[in-house]
Amino acid sequence: MKHLISVLVENKFGTLNRVASMFSARGFNLASISIGETEDPEISRMTIVTRGDDQIVSQVLKQLNRLIDTIKVTDLTHQPHVERELILMTLKLSKTTQHEIFELINVFKGKVVDIKQKSITIEVIGSPDKINTTIDIFRPYGIRELARSGAVAIHRGE
Amino acid sequence: MHTTAQKLNGSEIFFECLRREHVDTIFGYPGGALLKVYETLYDVTDIKHILVRHEQGATHMAEGYARATGKPGIVLVTSGPGATNTVTGITNAYMDSSPMVVFTGQVPSSLIGNDAFQEADIVGITRPITKHNFLVKDVRDLATTIRKAFFLATNGRPGPVLVDMPKDILNAECEFNWPESVDIRGFKPTITCHANQIEKAAKKIAAAKRPLLYIGGGVISANASKELSLLAKALNIPVTMTLQGLGAFPASDPLNMGMLGMHGTYWANQAVNKCDLLIAVGARFDDRVTGKVETFAPQAYKIHNDIDPTNVDKNIKVDLPVVGDSKDFLAQLIKALPEKSENHDSWLAEIESWRNQCPLTFTVEDDSLKTEFVISRVSEETKGNAVVVTDVGQHQMWTSQYYHFNNPRSIITSGGLGTMGYGLPAAIGAAFGVKDRPVILFCGDGGFMMNIQELVTAVYYKVPVKIFLLNNSFLGMVRQWQELFHQEKYSFTDLNDSNPDFLKVVDAFGCKALRAENPEEAEATIKEALAYNEGPVFVEFRVIKKDMVFPMVPAGGSISEMLLERLNPKTMV
Repeated sequence: MKHLISVLVENKFGTLNRVASMFSARGFNLASISIGETEDPEISRMTIVTRGDDQIVSQVLKQLNRLIDTIKVTDLTHQPHVERELILMTLKLSKTTQHEIFELINVFKGKVVDIKQKSITIEVIGSPDKINTTIDIFRPYGIRELARSGAVAIHRGE
Repeated sequence: MHTTAQKLNGSEIFFECLRREHVDTIFGYPGGALLKVYETLYDVTDIKHILVRHEQGATHMAEGYARATGKPGIVLVTSGPGATNTVTGITNAYMDSSPMVVFTGQVPSSLIGNDAFQEADIVGITRPITKHNFLVKDVRDLATTIRKAFFLATNGRPGPVLVDMPKDILNAECEFNWPESVDIRGFKPTITCHANQIEKAAKKIAAAKRPLLYIGGGVISANASKELSLLAKALNIPVTMTLQGLGAFPASDPLNMGMLGMHGTYWANQAVNKCDLLIAVGARFDDRVTGKVETFAPQAYKIHNDIDPTNVDKNIKVDLPVVGDSKDFLAQLIKALPEKSENHDSWLAEIESWRNQCPLTFTVEDDSLKTEFVISRVSEETKGNAVVVTDVGQHQMWTSQYYHFNNPRSIITSGGLGTMGYGLPAAIGAAFGVKDRPVILFCGDGGFMMNIQELVTAVYYKVPVKIFLLNNSFLGMVRQWQELFHQEKYSFTDLNDSNPDFLKVVDAFGCKALRAENPEEAEATIKEALAYNEGPVFVEFRVIKKDMVFPMVPAGGSISEMLLERLNPKTMV
């Protein structure tokens, strides 16, 4: 099954490589990985989405912990958490479709970030499920380009 | 020793740090990026630098030194090819959890990434094969980085750590400040075992009718042999060991079952198969130990102690994990044991019957020589008290079977990686660390050629290592598999027509060289070699080609189903 893992790491060069190469060296699935600085500039947070049975995910967590540059590893899957993903998507635009496209953008609470004569770029933020649905719904209108951030996630506050 | 807050250059700081870490010996090879370091070294008198002839040799020597002494092995090599030549040795140390710190020179910081002369991204290359590695970017970080490197290499599960030092950093000056302690927030190994787990383990041990201790190299690293003996003898629990665990429990003790696994003893493997409690200590359930995992110790409740949590439930699901140092585990366990436990006499008798059923034996003939005979004789002559280094292959497995190790830190062998060419340099390194026991190398003719250049090192430094070459003119272990499982197609394993005259080669290196072709000559040369201490001594034992290591578990098979002899006896010599 899918697991969502949050990892606090040292904000040093090579840390992403250490984590990514551990996944490939041990044959673990790496569905997405995103990384960015936290409120402490010395620490970055990685959000990793992986798939595997309990035994494999338990190894993933332990192997992550074993890396010297990881500070804290949390499996958020079964804990209260908020998970978000962002997509930027450029769609073909024509007189016949523009009305529907604008309506759908509203439905998905998206934002128009750029618009040209024959194309429109939108931004949508949501859970991975919502993002998947968004992509499916917009696909028939002609997706020219798509950039997906991968999941970021955090514990829900107390 | 320099006092703190004095202004030093990077190279001086480097040696100052080694002093603070009580380093007495380093294995190295100079080069462009290290010119400043070697300039400083020229006047260093309190640290012995051993000049090797290939950087791979330096890494194996450092590992041999580390395994024999328990102290980290230190390697110093230049950038680019010097650094990349260490890769096999570092991987070997990583697989076998040997403490090692490798210092590599690097091109000047300003040239990194420019494909400069003798540049290699050694930090990138060694990330997956080191416990951790560092690129020093500022001379002010050098001392702290070195302190961290030693701390990481020697604490928790030991392993190799690499420090890459650009040339400009080694020239730059700063005030020397030695950090008295280090705190690495991402590295907090569990040393003390959880009391609840210990209590559960003690109850299981007290109630077990057929318990078995399965001991790995972690017991050696943890210096826990004494505790192991106390536990085993207190409750009469038989002890089987992995290749790296041999020596943790004395071979002379009746509770010693020898090695388990692919070429383990028949009785140890049967004991694994029938035990009702398996206590794994500092072992990692390697595939060469378990064979087919589904049928490994099928009746046993499994307790697993290891300092590295990733080893738990990695290959085999266990019932009771106990993460922590093996010395702490055994010591706590001894205290927690109830007064009364089951009597294990009938269990020990059962094991004894398996031993009698399929003992380790070989035949001796007057006119031909077998490796088993040579190893047995050396074992007897040294009373199981030597430091024995092996290369990789048949002779390595026969060493595990026929050398009776009575002390920890006595077998130095490439277990995880199976590195041919490991033996000679590792033996030399061990001999730099051990002075009170003879250091003996058993090596095959294939592996000997892989790092033969280090014979120069042994001769130059008059290292009293006994090099026992078991020459069967074949890559014997591969040959064995070809005979058993690959239709006797001896594809590129026959070295008979290509091997050199080893006596001439070794003689040209300036090393005392002897030869034996039958048991009588073997007896005499073994005695002569053991008595010679002026420098290295080499004996070529011309052993039969077609000998095979038995018993054996075919790859992927259950360890309870061992092959006890050749499938086709007519090919026997």
